[in-house]
Amino acid sequence: MHEPITDYDKVVRNCSCSYCGNNCDDITYLIKDNNIVGVRHACRLGASKIINDNDQRLLNPMVRNSEGILEETSWDYALELTAQLLHDSIRPVLYGWGETSVEAIKKGCQIAQATGSVIDNQSTICHGATIQAFQKVGHPVTTLGEVKNRADVIIYIGTNPMDDHPRHLTRYTTFPEGFFRPNGRDDRTLITIDPKYTNTAKVSDEWIQFNPNEDYSLINALRVILSGGELNTNEIAGVDKDTLYKLVETMKNTENGVIFFGLGLTQTLTKQRSVDILIQLVEDLNRYSKWSMLPMRGFFNVNGFNIAMTSETGYPYGVDFARGYPRYMIGETTTIDLLNRREPDFFLAVAADPGIQFPGYSLKHLASIPTVQIDTHWGPYTELSDIVLPSTRVGVETAGTGYRMDSIPIYMKKVIDKPENCHSDEWILTQLYNRIINLKEAG
Amino acid sequence: MEYILRNGVVYDPTNKVNGECMDILIKNGKIVEDVSSKAEVIDVKGKLVMPGGVDSHSHIAGPKLSVGRLYRPEDIRAGIKPKSENAVEGFEAGFSLPTCPTTGYRYTRMGYTTVTEAAVPPLEAKHTHEEINSIPNLDIPTLTLFGNNWFMLKYVKDNNLDDLTVFISKWLKLAKGYGIKIVNPCGSEAWGWGKNVTGLDDPEEHWNVTGREVIRSLCMVNEKLGLPHSIHVHTNDLGNPGNYETTLETYDCVKDIKKNKHVDRDQVIHMTHQQFHAYKGTSWRDVTSGAPELIDYINKSKHMTFDVGQLTFDETTTMTADAPNEFDLYKLTGLKWANKDIEVETASGLIPEIYSKRAPVSAFQWAIGLEFFMGIDDPWKMVLTTDSPNAGPFIRYPKIISWLMSNSKLMDMATNEVHPWALNRTSLGCYDKEYTWYDIAIITRGAPAKILGLTDRGHLGVGAKADISVYDINVDEFDPTRKSNAKVVEDKLLSSKLTIKDGEILHKDGSITKLVNSSHVWSNVKGLEEKEDALIKRIKPEFNKYYTIKYENYGVPDHYIEPETRIDVDCEGL
Repeated sequence: MHEPITDYDKVVRNCSCSYCGNNCDDITYLIKDNNIVGVRHACRLGASKIINDNDQRLLNPMVRNSEGILEETSWDYALELTAQLLHDSIRPVLYGWGETSVEAIKKGCQIAQATGSVIDNQSTICHGATIQAFQKVGHPVTTLGEVKNRADVIIYIGTNPMDDHPRHLTRYTTFPEGFFRPNGRDDRTLITIDPKYTNTAKVSDEWIQFNPNEDYSLINALRVILSGGELNTNEIAGVDKDTLYKLVETMKNTENGVIFFGLGLTQTLTKQRSVDILIQLVEDLNRYSKWSMLPMRGFFNVNGFNIAMTSETGYPYGVDFARGYPRYMIGETTTIDLLNRREPDFFLAVAADPGIQFPGYSLKHLASIPTVQIDTHWGPYTELSDIVLPSTRVGVETAGTGYRMDSIPIYMKKVIDKPENCHSDEWILTQLYNRIINLKEAG
Repeated sequence: MEYILRNGVVYDPTNKVNGECMDILIKNGKIVEDVSSKAEVIDVKGKLVMPGGVDSHSHIAGPKLSVGRLYRPEDIRAGIKPKSENAVEGFEAGFSLPTCPTTGYRYTRMGYTTVTEAAVPPLEAKHTHEEINSIPNLDIPTLTLFGNNWFMLKYVKDNNLDDLTVFISKWLKLAKGYGIKIVNPCGSEAWGWGKNVTGLDDPEEHWNVTGREVIRSLCMVNEKLGLPHSIHVHTNDLGNPGNYETTLETYDCVKDIKKNKHVDRDQVIHMTHQQFHAYKGTSWRDVTSGAPELIDYINKSKHMTFDVGQLTFDETTTMTADAPNEFDLYKLTGLKWANKDIEVETASGLIPEIYSKRAPVSAFQWAIGLEFFMGIDDPWKMVLTTDSPNAGPFIRYPKIISWLMSNSKLMDMATNEVHPWALNRTSLGCYDKEYTWYDIAIITRGAPAKILGLTDRGHLGVGAKADISVYDINVDEFDPTRKSNAKVVEDKLLSSKLTIKDGEILHKDGSITKLVNSSHVWSNVKGLEEKEDALIKRIKPEFNKYYTIKYENYGVPDHYIEPETRIDVDCEGL
């Protein structure tokens, strides 16, 4: 049993959690001696990120010495070296951005323009497929409050929020009382469609298990049934016919339904096609009742990057400034493809860890080029980095704007002071930008 | 900096200056009577001089633009222009969905200095203001969406105008909004259930409130507060054949409401993009123009103004807080449909739209917009817009002006270039009116400024903001009525000789010379602060129950709106 935390001297309410795409903004921080000693309302993921976050913290700039060891150094030296390397490179990639503020992202975009870099974020390995599908088919989405207030049928497909976005069901979609759903959970039907019996499936009214990689057939079958067609087989994607007919009947008779989907859908064999057909299903369903969909975005500002990039460059991710103006072509200007073609000769990761996120083959190339990390914590990418610039935590030590998975902007507060020798991403990137401009002017 | 703009041919309809050769003196960002001997003289002898352009309705910043750009990379590609060497400005991207910087560059080149962002959901107002911070060189008032807001619906249902007044006053502060926007009142709320309302008197099922009640209540509140602009209304039934009757009813439903006695505008209601609201008939088969009836009403009335929403034959993107309408368009065209319902406030949608000269409906809509331009007696009631990008992107304003100034050009198009519906189904063929530069200055400068209630601009009187545009047109020698000059008019107006804002030269002879931060223009009602605090205390529990962000995190923090133009409105109380 945990004892309640009583030893604190300051309470700050309505802080924003900087963990997942829920961006919960009702968090209370308990503070003692400029340390967060407790949080209220946060889920276990958010709480652990907010509280115990000085373990393995990067506290000073470091540069790898000739013996291959990271050595602490001055900001001036580390920044100048980074600026010089970036300025001298011909195919730089600026990657990451999912866990920093829009203000920092915009600064990064300026650097990309000044240096002819590719600027890309985690969409390239997560919901980029979703964005491709939006571009091909359509974009029928909603905000989470609409779900809370109206939805009577909620479907999670290829996602497990009970583990990945723990408060999604409790704060936003399924459990809370909504204006038109005064009894909360009791007024809603919750369906999980997933090959695995996930923790979300456990709390659902119905779990529909289907075969991995057969998402497209499954959703296609639903569209066929909805349009009045007959299935001439007893089973599709491992789901029996009766279950599918029953599901379509439920969907048709919904007052307001929502489908949440995750990487389980975007990273299977049919990739963006799975989302294509899901959008088409939602379009079809709107001829009978009201349906929306929403991707379960991962990091707290991975969506903010897409939004800020469209404001500044027009394109959502994988934006290439090599020719001075933005270009965007999935497979050409996206990070993994560039690395696999061994094109980049400089790699900067900001608020992201490619060491965890990237496939081994792509990492091999990273090991052979200059690499820079701007981040708060030691991680696998630190081991790969030649220069490490320690930054601060948005929503805790630094204020800034984040965009929730449903694109609602939230201004995240600064609550405690940063470690002395760390600087915000925005500050670091501004310094880099100024130095690069000086180098450019010097010729 | 002080300037003397010497010997230009000045069109300043607000001050009844009609093509007079005169000097304009500028000091400290204002137009003045005297300057010192240090003033720089700029010779614009014989050139066309007007106040800086004012756009009363355009979609330039915020969530719907972001969605549009995100899901239409083909539109971004259609507008790519690399940065020129030694240029002050960067690259351009986007055609109907320009990036934020691109929007600023293009308006600056056209000589526009004030542009109204026409639809902002308060929940996402931070997004809009963040984008405004990336748009250079404009003053940008934002209109806040209220027409389907639950608190509003509740107050209207209870006929509680006092609380509604305090609510609006507070919410404009939270969203840093300039005025009240109403879009498909009650219809976008019905869309929460996949439904819509038809007409002004069809109540939304749950709230049992009608569009008429919403428009009237918000109009009364607007006049009670004395906001600089009137209510700005996109009424029900947009885009449907037969909708002109709803439009007429909307005009008529507020004519008894008394204008606040302290405001400078004449209207109590501004009707937006009327071209989309002027269709007669029962279906797209038998549709004809309802514009003559609407024009007749407008010509006889004194309480209303409108903007046109002129169609321009482009592949563009429609975007509106009228979400059910976008789904109807999707069913009609099958193009990729975007929708976004926004909790407690509104529902919006987008869809690409291809307006073709050969398509009967496009030609018909094009002609209806022009009927308004031709039929309205008093141009002070009217503003040139395309509801950008809905009926066409704003960079087509100069093209529209070239049509308005040359009847031979217009009739050549109507007869030889576009589908016969343009002449068969509308009254366009009856008109031979040609706009003068004076008329153009009214519908792009004087009228929109007056309608918006921004009295410090849209004219060149002493004390006005020094927002001025000069075009490389020798007024006395140039005949804009000639068909062959239409392209010249368009090209010259697309790229000003000079765009001056707040006394600074931002564009000169085809090049942008300076980039400044755009100003966020918003209305700050004074005198109700205590009542606002009490109201918030009462409604906060409901707020936190039905929204998914906390009230404390809802408003736009001050640092998002630097620099700002705060318009203080003294409210005499309830």
